[in-house]
Amino acid sequence: MKINKKMAAGLTVLALICFLAAAGTAVSGYSFDSQRIEDQNMAPRIPVLEELGIFDGTETLPGGEKRNLYTENGKEDRYYWFGSDVLGRDIFTRTWTGARISLAIAVLAVAIDGAAGTLYGMASGYFGGRTDFIMQRITEILSGIPNLVTATVLILILRPGFLAIALAISITGWINVSRVARAKVLELKEKEFVIAARTQGAGHLWIIFREIFPNMAGQIFATGILAVPEAIFTESFLAFIGLGIPAPGASLGTMINDGFLAFTTHPYMLAPPVAVLCALMLGFYLIAEGLRENAGIPGGEKKRRDNG
Amino acid sequence: MKKYIAKRLLVSAASLLAVLFILFLLMDLLPGSPFNDEKLTEGQLLILKEKYGLDRPFFTRFLTYAGNMIKGDLGVSYSIAKDVPVAELIANRLPVSLQVGGLAAFAGGIAGIALGMVSAVKEGKFSDGAAMILTVLGLSLPSYVLALILSYVFGFRLHWFPILYRLDFPLWSSVLPAAALGAFMAASVARVMRAELILILKSEYMAFAESRGVPERRLLFVHALKNGILPAVALMAPMTASMITGSLAVEKIFSIPGTGSLMVTAIQSNDYNVVAGLAFLFSCIYIAVMLAADILYEILNPGIRIAGREAA
Repeated sequence: MKINKKMAAGLTVLALICFLAAAGTAVSGYSFDSQRIEDQNMAPRIPVLEELGIFDGTETLPGGEKRNLYTENGKEDRYYWFGSDVLGRDIFTRTWTGARISLAIAVLAVAIDGAAGTLYGMASGYFGGRTDFIMQRITEILSGIPNLVTATVLILILRPGFLAIALAISITGWINVSRVARAKVLELKEKEFVIAARTQGAGHLWIIFREIFPNMAGQIFATGILAVPEAIFTESFLAFIGLGIPAPGASLGTMINDGFLAFTTHPYMLAPPVAVLCALMLGFYLIAEGLRENAGIPGGEKKRRDNG
Repeated sequence: MKKYIAKRLLVSAASLLAVLFILFLLMDLLPGSPFNDEKLTEGQLLILKEKYGLDRPFFTRFLTYAGNMIKGDLGVSYSIAKDVPVAELIANRLPVSLQVGGLAAFAGGIAGIALGMVSAVKEGKFSDGAAMILTVLGLSLPSYVLALILSYVFGFRLHWFPILYRLDFPLWSSVLPAAALGAFMAASVARVMRAELILILKSEYMAFAESRGVPERRLLFVHALKNGILPAVALMAPMTASMITGSLAVEKIFSIPGTGSLMVTAIQSNDYNVVAGLAFLFSCIYIAVMLAADILYEILNPGIRIAGREAA
């Protein structure tokens, strides 16, 4: 596979975020859920940079007055690189823990999508006839239901949690994968190598998994990559309306929700999770663009995002 | 054509029934009860359940439920506003959402078409690049993140627009939410328009029209736009449907008293009937808009019809 400029840029962004998500929590010296009430609402303070007069722990209050909680409370030895939240938790550590959780949920959701969609689409396309007709009517009916409705209700039932959120995201996502898989099977099942296998007496399962599947895995994988940013977005959106990982856990969405509650007085609490979320979406988006460019498809695919 | 429309109608009706069944099934399985009050005794609970018909068998309840929902009787609210009919609760809130969402869809569509046209005409030049960077931002910034940024910069810092929705200045308060909601649509439409127009501008019939001496403005706005706008319209349909029903997150940020923020409150207070009623309304609008768009598409573009039927 040729890696073009856009893909390289996207991969760099993602690699950087993944590295920080993996290593960032270890170097800060704080854990993501330890609370220090005496250290609440501290503005960002970073060594070296503080000498330049930026990130020195000073924040401007809405009234215009400046305040530095580090010097006021005698905490000159403390450094909260991204600041601390209303419960005195380190935002730097929480941001990278959150990025890890958000990525994990998104990847799990897409994996479920991919597996379910591939099996469904392959069965529908391979067996054809009445089976195909019924299976296609089912997806048609299901795709008429807005994602938001099914996702919300499913999480309400299962109670917000890692698996529940991943399932809620994938409950409608598999339909798209199944369409790709079905189209590919319809094309491949007429090819000579499949007919050859059939004349030699190969069974359905053998043909589906050993002959057809290896020839479409690449396309399924590409479809999956395109679905990851949608999943990240949905996770953060659900968290924002109150259907996220329960406290004290952190995901980018729950952090944005926490930051929103204090964002007029302490905007620095909102900035890190928002920046990481946008960088992730942008990274995946650039990779998708690159893949599309390689395939010679002009930009502007049909996207389904219902929640506005 | 008639066969296609009949088929689409049937599928839409089935979707609606599926929505009703899922809602009912899931509502039935929900943990927590609206009567989560330790002061209630067994006997009182039984009376309450009987009053709301929660003691009857599953299937009977579904039939009553589906029948009532279709008639527009969405039940009463358990906890947000005790015993107030859900339909009334929604009716009070819907106009605000329609207004904000409508503005967002309208502005987003126009901006997207304009941006796409500029990009296509100036393909490869500076303004094309700038427009494409804007669309990348629009596609990768979630609408509620954009809403937060806009509300901080233009509401809180610059005081140009109100941070929270004000009933006495409805239009002024709708500007920021509509901008946040419409940006995604504008970006998607711009990209589709651009791709489509670039192909059209290079086509033979455009060269022919040009050689006949059709003025440039007419060439672009009538000949090219008429053919290039169809895919953009198809893209706008589902987005419009979800926008006019109110966006949960954006309504929450700006405290807009619309259906979206009602949904958030209902989710958080386990008010089943309100959640189900709103979900039903969202689904109805979504299904209706998609149906209308597909039929319109069918009428406007016979070429798609044949291809579409092959793929379906």
